[in-house]
Amino acid sequence: MNHGRTRFVTGFLSIPVALYLIYVIAPYAQAFYIALTDWRGVTATPRFVGLENFRRLLDDDVFWRAVGHNLLLLVLMPLLTVTIALFFAFLLNAGGRGGTGGVWGSKFYRVVFFFPQVLAVAVVAVLFQQVFRPDRSGMLNAPLMALGFEPIGFLSDTGVALWAILGVLVWQAVGFYVVLFSAGIASIPRDLFEAAAIDGAGGAQLFLRITLPLLWDTIQVGWVYLGIAAMDVFAVVWVMTAEQGGPDHSTTVMAAEVYRTAFGYFKFGYASAMGVVLFFFTIGFAALALRLSRRERIEF
Amino acid sequence: MTHLSRRELLRSAALAGIALPALSACATPSGGASPAAPAAGVTSAANPLGLVDSRPLEIWIFDGGFGDAYAKNIHEPLVKARFPKLEIKHNTTKEIAKTLQPRFAGGNPPEFINNSGANAMDFGALVQDGLLADLTPLYDAPSWDDPAVKVRDTINPAAIELGSYDGKPYVMNYASTVWGIWYSQKLFEAEGWQPPRTWQEFLDLCETIKKAGKIAPFTYAGKHPFYIYETILTLAAKIGGKDVLKNIDNLEDGAWKAEPVTQAATAFVELGAKYLLQGTAGLDHVQTQTAHNKGQVAMLPCGSWLENEQKDSTPADFGYAMFPLPDFGSSDALPYGTLHSRPGEEYVVPAKSANPQAGLEYMRAMLSKEGAGKFMELVSTLTVVKGAGEGRTLKPGLQSASAALAAAGDNVVWFLFRKWYVEMHDEVAAASGQLMNGKLTVAQWADRAQRKADSIKNDSSVKKFTR
Repeated sequence: MNHGRTRFVTGFLSIPVALYLIYVIAPYAQAFYIALTDWRGVTATPRFVGLENFRRLLDDDVFWRAVGHNLLLLVLMPLLTVTIALFFAFLLNAGGRGGTGGVWGSKFYRVVFFFPQVLAVAVVAVLFQQVFRPDRSGMLNAPLMALGFEPIGFLSDTGVALWAILGVLVWQAVGFYVVLFSAGIASIPRDLFEAAAIDGAGGAQLFLRITLPLLWDTIQVGWVYLGIAAMDVFAVVWVMTAEQGGPDHSTTVMAAEVYRTAFGYFKFGYASAMGVVLFFFTIGFAALALRLSRRERIEF
Repeated sequence: MTHLSRRELLRSAALAGIALPALSACATPSGGASPAAPAAGVTSAANPLGLVDSRPLEIWIFDGGFGDAYAKNIHEPLVKARFPKLEIKHNTTKEIAKTLQPRFAGGNPPEFINNSGANAMDFGALVQDGLLADLTPLYDAPSWDDPAVKVRDTINPAAIELGSYDGKPYVMNYASTVWGIWYSQKLFEAEGWQPPRTWQEFLDLCETIKKAGKIAPFTYAGKHPFYIYETILTLAAKIGGKDVLKNIDNLEDGAWKAEPVTQAATAFVELGAKYLLQGTAGLDHVQTQTAHNKGQVAMLPCGSWLENEQKDSTPADFGYAMFPLPDFGSSDALPYGTLHSRPGEEYVVPAKSANPQAGLEYMRAMLSKEGAGKFMELVSTLTVVKGAGEGRTLKPGLQSASAALAAAGDNVVWFLFRKWYVEMHDEVAAASGQLMNGKLTVAQWADRAQRKADSIKNDSSVKKFTR
């Protein structure tokens, strides 16, 4: 009887496991193999070159700049997004008098904040290309120029471009986390806020002493998600920036370099080596994030 | 009657799961011998290349500045008229590499490809791996119009030379692009401005335009700094001679640090610092060209596809015209009128397609007087076919480019590293943008270009070419 059940379970599980092996694990394995060749993507017979691609990667300035940009975004994007989203969520849910409700018009804002989330990434990138235009048609530069200032090269100045990208990423992400944190705040019992308010706590105290500690779990989940999103900023960078990651490599990220090397220079072997490095970065981040987010739950 | 029990059903499903990994092999380069090119059909006077009309001809056209109407309305009917039984499959894409590169890797490429645009496949990689058909039979075949004349003799020889790798022609260059500085005849006449002949006149003109205050003197597509490095290199060749560019293409040591290159770059940096349209660095080619059409800027460097690309947004009486780069000094190696022009717009026939002879035959039709002449009229560009423009009405910009090319004679320069080593193109473009924005000095710019050239030279995975 038991024997039959094992066979049943094995038979049933073998299909998803096989599919997973074929469509998830096998491509990874192939990428690891291609990384050891100098395959240019058009032949059937790649040449094996061992670790040569990885050695070259060590001297690749542009790739390491891309890694640097990824790390910068990995730190700053979650930090800014979480901070801003928390602030908004608090105002929407507990920012009113006595901490019992949101500020005036909070229902309206709740919807507005979510708008960017609805747009596709490519749309956001094209939209901001226009917003950042460095001439009189640019939404931000037009008023500056009308006042007689030099236009700011949001996407054409190497010192500004990455910050402009960061701004767009945060702009797009905040709405979702406002909703997430709102849900978190809503699950905090009202009486806690009321009691604190009666005891004379102001807005800042309510936030720091009650909202923040009780919302910690949700914030950590958001942090991990945002970290993964920061590793995956390829689309915005690729669509929005000059020279796709430029100007002069000032906004490039790892995924963009992988794509360019493979589909621009037809160095599939070298690009796979970059992909392998990116893989380990992501796995490393995920492991770290999961470890750090282990924490005791607070019971209400 | 077989009755499957539940258990048997599951067991067979599991087996099917185990059988699936065979499919995963599709994603990687599949080993094994590739099929030999299919045999040609019987040749005859009417069918000199031996096309087999029972196999289809699959055509891929890049949907860019030229669109794809020329293939559909001119060349395909031309071939169809001679080979009524041949089935032509017309396709178009903006993403050549993404669409077709997997088909090369899979061993079933189409018969004819217009490999062009920002996402074109790398010719070097294709040639290196023997995936393109040798075009010698095409060039040695009798021409479409006159059986007594070979195709080779009806076209600009530079077209064959430039499509050759290690002496063998693999790529057909069809259109001839002429680069220059473009302006509006109407505007220049109204303001009494003259196209400059010397660098000093050029600077004076810029100064006059700037002083007038209505319109900016000069711009280039700042987001695509190719437009400015193209101009810098053309000026460098004019100052120092054709070898300046040849050395760069051949990855010679110190080619980027040659004196003429430095002089040309310095000249454009000075021009850029004073006379650029505000915001140039962040504008793309369409935005700068639109500014030009709207009368916000007087001059911009571009290729002769400009008129066609802008045809929907140019005022009717704009009167596109171009002038060649002015003389830099009295000791210029090449005379006034020297142009950057070369046969471009590449077409290839994959060697391992099912019917490569049909691809070659299609090229032969394109190189006919009718095919080339109508193409010229439709997309407003010059072709490599001699005398194709005879009896055709050309737009003013094309007329201007055509006259400039005729006046230049042999004083035509070009560079090929942009095709051969895309990486180097990207690096030079990125550095040139920074050069024009004042973030790099001329020496730093040359250093970066030279470093990239050296690194490509030392990269064993990249095939090197020389000219």
